[in-house]
Amino acid sequence: MIEFFLNGQRRRLAAAPDTSILELLRGPLAQHGTKEGCASGDCGACTVAIARPDDGAMAYHTLNACITPAHQLQGAHLVTVEGLARGDALHPAQASMVACHGSQCGFCTPGIVMSLFALHEQQRALPRQELDDHRLEAVLGGNLCRCTGYRPIRDAARSMGERTDTRPPWAEDPAFEQVVRDLFPTVAGEDQTGYLTPTTLAELIATMQRHPEARLVAGATDLWLEITQRLARFDAVIDLRQVEELRRIEEVADGWWVGAAVTYREWEPLLKTHYPAFAHLLTRLGSEQIRNRATVGGNIANASPIGDTPPVLLTLDATLRLAGPHGIREIPLESFFLDYKQTALAPGECIAAIFLPRPGDGYEQRVWKLSKRREDDISTLLGAFRWRLQDGTLRDVRVAYGGMAAIPLRVTAVEAALEGKAPDEESFGAARRALHQSLTPMSDARGSRDYRATAAANLLERWRLTLAHADLEEPTQEVTLDAYAD
Amino acid sequence: MRTLTEKRYRSARVASEAVPEALAEADRGKGAEIGRLEGDEPVARDTVSPRPTRDTARHAQAHESAIKHVTGRARYIDDLPAPGDTLHAMVGLSEVAHGRVVRLDLDAVRAMPGVVDVITTQHIPGHRDIGPVFPGDPMFADEEVSYVGQPLFAVAATSYLEARRAVKAAVVEIEPLPPRFDPVAAAEAGEFVRPTHRQVSGDWEQALEHAPHVLEAAQFVGGQEHFYLEGQACLVVPSEDEGVIVHTSNQHPSETQKLVAEVLDIPFHAVTVENRRMGGGFGGKETQAAPWACVAALLARRTGRAVRLRLPRGDDTRATGKRHPFHNRYRLGFDDDGVILGGDITLIGDCGHSPDLSEAVVDRAMFHADNAYSLGAARVTGHRARTHTASNTAFRGFGGPQGMMIAELAMDDIARHVGQDPLTVRKRNLYRSGRDTTHYGQQVDQHPLMVEIIERLERSSDYWQRRDEITAFNRESAVIKRGLALTPVKFGISFTAKHLNQAGALLHVYTDGSVMINHGGTEMGQGLHTKICQVVARELGLDFDSVRISATRTDKVPNTSPTAASSGADLNGMAARDAAAQIRQRLLDFAAEHYRLDREGLRLVDGELVSGVGDVHQRVAWGDLVQAAYLGRISLSATGFYATPLIHYDRDTGQGRPFYYFAYGAAVSEVRIDTLSGEYRVERVDILHDVGDSLNPAIDLGQVEGGFIQGMGWLTSEELKWNDDGRLLTDGPATYKIPTFGDLPPIFNVELLEGHPNSQASIYRSKAVGEPPFMLGISVWSALRDALSSLTGYRASPSLDTPATPERVLMAAEALRAAQANAGDPR
Repeated sequence: MIEFFLNGQRRRLAAAPDTSILELLRGPLAQHGTKEGCASGDCGACTVAIARPDDGAMAYHTLNACITPAHQLQGAHLVTVEGLARGDALHPAQASMVACHGSQCGFCTPGIVMSLFALHEQQRALPRQELDDHRLEAVLGGNLCRCTGYRPIRDAARSMGERTDTRPPWAEDPAFEQVVRDLFPTVAGEDQTGYLTPTTLAELIATMQRHPEARLVAGATDLWLEITQRLARFDAVIDLRQVEELRRIEEVADGWWVGAAVTYREWEPLLKTHYPAFAHLLTRLGSEQIRNRATVGGNIANASPIGDTPPVLLTLDATLRLAGPHGIREIPLESFFLDYKQTALAPGECIAAIFLPRPGDGYEQRVWKLSKRREDDISTLLGAFRWRLQDGTLRDVRVAYGGMAAIPLRVTAVEAALEGKAPDEESFGAARRALHQSLTPMSDARGSRDYRATAAANLLERWRLTLAHADLEEPTQEVTLDAYAD
Repeated sequence: MRTLTEKRYRSARVASEAVPEALAEADRGKGAEIGRLEGDEPVARDTVSPRPTRDTARHAQAHESAIKHVTGRARYIDDLPAPGDTLHAMVGLSEVAHGRVVRLDLDAVRAMPGVVDVITTQHIPGHRDIGPVFPGDPMFADEEVSYVGQPLFAVAATSYLEARRAVKAAVVEIEPLPPRFDPVAAAEAGEFVRPTHRQVSGDWEQALEHAPHVLEAAQFVGGQEHFYLEGQACLVVPSEDEGVIVHTSNQHPSETQKLVAEVLDIPFHAVTVENRRMGGGFGGKETQAAPWACVAALLARRTGRAVRLRLPRGDDTRATGKRHPFHNRYRLGFDDDGVILGGDITLIGDCGHSPDLSEAVVDRAMFHADNAYSLGAARVTGHRARTHTASNTAFRGFGGPQGMMIAELAMDDIARHVGQDPLTVRKRNLYRSGRDTTHYGQQVDQHPLMVEIIERLERSSDYWQRRDEITAFNRESAVIKRGLALTPVKFGISFTAKHLNQAGALLHVYTDGSVMINHGGTEMGQGLHTKICQVVARELGLDFDSVRISATRTDKVPNTSPTAASSGADLNGMAARDAAAQIRQRLLDFAAEHYRLDREGLRLVDGELVSGVGDVHQRVAWGDLVQAAYLGRISLSATGFYATPLIHYDRDTGQGRPFYYFAYGAAVSEVRIDTLSGEYRVERVDILHDVGDSLNPAIDLGQVEGGFIQGMGWLTSEELKWNDDGRLLTDGPATYKIPTFGDLPPIFNVELLEGHPNSQASIYRSKAVGEPPFMLGISVWSALRDALSSLTGYRASPSLDTPATPERVLMAAEALRAAQANAGDPR
């Protein structure tokens, strides 16, 4: 049984472990306002907002209902497009969409309204936070609209705050939040449905031993596509989101242990402070709906050659903490990826945490992702570079690429070509030659082998130019469009 | 006060405006005047009381469904309530591009949980070929398959997931035959879905021979997936006789009615097709929504139960056709100023496996191979190549954009060749007096508008100042290059199939004064229903909320044309106006007699009948007038009809006047590219677009902006890729990238040209707006070429096929750099 609130109303429902929130809404709950556009988390038509008491303040954030397990509603408040208006009085997100002519065919509109609703809630909580274009891009980048061209939606987002603050009935009820907090455990007990929610690492390992066939799920942003696209059936699912050890970020002297089920959203503040280039990458990783859910542990365990974070983590000399029936072991991330989608995880083992070393003095980093579309696209190619300059020479050089081989890969030949050298045309020429000899990318829907090889080499040239222009005020504007503030 | 629609909105507005005394007076006097017992007749007790409006037909009325959209109350096909025992259908698709079906064993499918029925071509009682215009589209492949994604069979099961899983159980063996994916090779081999067509004006061979300069070039223009957010979907309910009621997301209900009837072998009157709204169409639901309705209808008749069919996104993308990719070539002669003297243009449309609408699509590409420029003595040839992919189909612009691309390729190339700014060369080639006849013999009306639009845009966008800035920037910047381009659009309005240029409407006035209008057009987000309600409200002097459209239904308005060719408001607006004018005529005739008023001075204004001239007015509230007319036994229902005048085209000679008029527009786009990665950004766009006298500026602006962004997507990030076996790799939004929020240019100045009514007698002198702005996106592609050209000091014109993905931009930059290096130019 899943117990939760839907638009302020208490609900209790049974569902198979591989049911999505969208199936629940459009099926037994008969709420047809939330649409299915792609069932793969790419279009945003099914965007809904969710708040959980265990998230601290009841903060609403968006997710794609099509690829989110229904059982993750346990203890949560789910808000859909039907829940915003108070009688005939529209919510500001809705009223400004009408006033700005923000809907044409209207099919993507419920999802857009929900993204705007979550933004509105965030603005209420942090009224001084500036609503700049980057923030809007982040909020709305995961909502495709094929009709309007987005300008009226941008206007609606910008003018929403000026409207009368009509709140939904449940938001007007001061006791509601407490009702949610009091009523439901966020963790279901061991359940006959096969949706398992261990709360400690030890319990997780034991559960995995009892259910070796079970799939591990945290954000589900990739795994659930096996169900919606390939019609897989999961009879048993182990949810990692309640495992305390997997959800925390632990600071130690030389860095941070980041739990494998920490979402990008939760990780972002740390990266912004210490690894701005990495944080900038997050703005181009998935969409807000995805970043609210997806975890770095999932990105690593998935072992996709085009996962965005592994190349970056490789250049940071990250370490993994693996937990299994025989205890805990730590291995360098580099030795984790064995072959295409093959990892060093032993049976019964899972990733517990990722160690992110504290950046040393003088270390610099660049991360460049190339894709067909800037937002919400998967890498065609990603290059990550890390170094420090000592007496005019490159030291501790780390170079890693995604999309250039069957696994995310450090390219030691390129590192060797640059280590201890001045960052001049000669050494980078040698680095490019080393790259060509080391990697032979493939052709697929995202790019040809030629393009990948050429662009990967050109990223080395971009890096060289960045170093050469380092004395300019805004060096990145000279050599790349993908500038970030650091 | 009684309200008809959204209570809050209407009452809020009414409350804020003083209720006119005359209206209130009319309300008070009503009951007494009629003098009857309550409930003894179908006469309303409370009548509609329209509020005064100004210029109802032209104001920026919000979309009629806007509030339903934002509250989630707007229903799409899959949201419609259906009987509890409704079945879910799914279609089994071919995995092979070309081959012979050796075995189609569906026993395992029948045995899957929940399966109620399984059908193949053998089970079709009537027509097995459901080609919309020409034959060639079997409902289910029989002995031969001709593309990956072609339907082979269908199942009906008790749930959506069961139906999807059941399909997978099929055992299909197909003996592969050699597939053909290259349309150029197909054209060379004479493999066509329809015969080649030519348009010739003057002696083009001589023009080429005597021209001081001759250039030739070829381009590939990629296709485009519609990516309507609501996929193909229908719900079919069997009726009590032999027929069905078909709810379908569909731009062409009448054609679907015909095809369903023919498949079931029943008369057309046994099939009713209904659509309230679509979650996007863009041409993808003109012919390609019908097959699913046919499948669901057959299953519904066989099982006696309602059947839903909703294609999963991947199946939708594989099974249905796209915008036609084109291979274009030009060979053009021009003078020292870059003015075209004549030449030869060849367009090869990649039609996929069957004709579908390709005859007309390639025709329209040919009609637009000139875009806004006189080609002089020219020959334009259009081939319709047959390949083993889904049958390519209508998509906003309908071949026009692909045709225009060759003209814009030539403009940039010629400009580089003669060393002029591309805008200068474009302006010199525009249609003008003395050079105002197209290669298909139509005189270009209103061509000075094109000049005016370009000149105004040149000024408002600071074209020349920015040109200087950008050239200076590019001289200094090694990696980042900026580009600027202004491209015009001249788009012909009318279906080129003459008989489609007709429309019908059905208007009812009920005794409370509320008005129902039905017409042949469908609502896919473009605001057609909003505009039609505005037309009727204006004709009857009512406010917007007094007029409503229920849905598009084949049993209300028959034999309709597709909502396509930008013609929705032009045709159906005129038909609705015709119906409303008849009602107005009847009511005024009746009123003159009934109230003994002077017929000459009678009119319907702001919800009232008004008589007299000057200060001498008598007023009767609309509701009272309607009730009096009803009691006076006047028909309050009318059908309207419209057929576009003047148009004709002779396919034998390739000459005629296929278009009633032209719509014009132009755009200036500025881009910034990274020549090391091929990434780029569109930084600023300025648009000025001609819609005649706008029916609804807010909706028209939405069409212009949305069209531009969609056109930009077509030419930039939206890439269709197939593998060597003909399987579409980009079959969903994970790999097929339509523009998203961040692709909206940070500076986006869009204006409608005002003060230039249509020179033709269109509905209130407005112009069609659905398709023309799509081609404004060509300016982005041209600006990318401009930026790349700077790598050669603007001496060479880069080859840049579309979509111009970062990959293509980088490879073009690399090619230019390599050529420069070989030529020993260090720049």
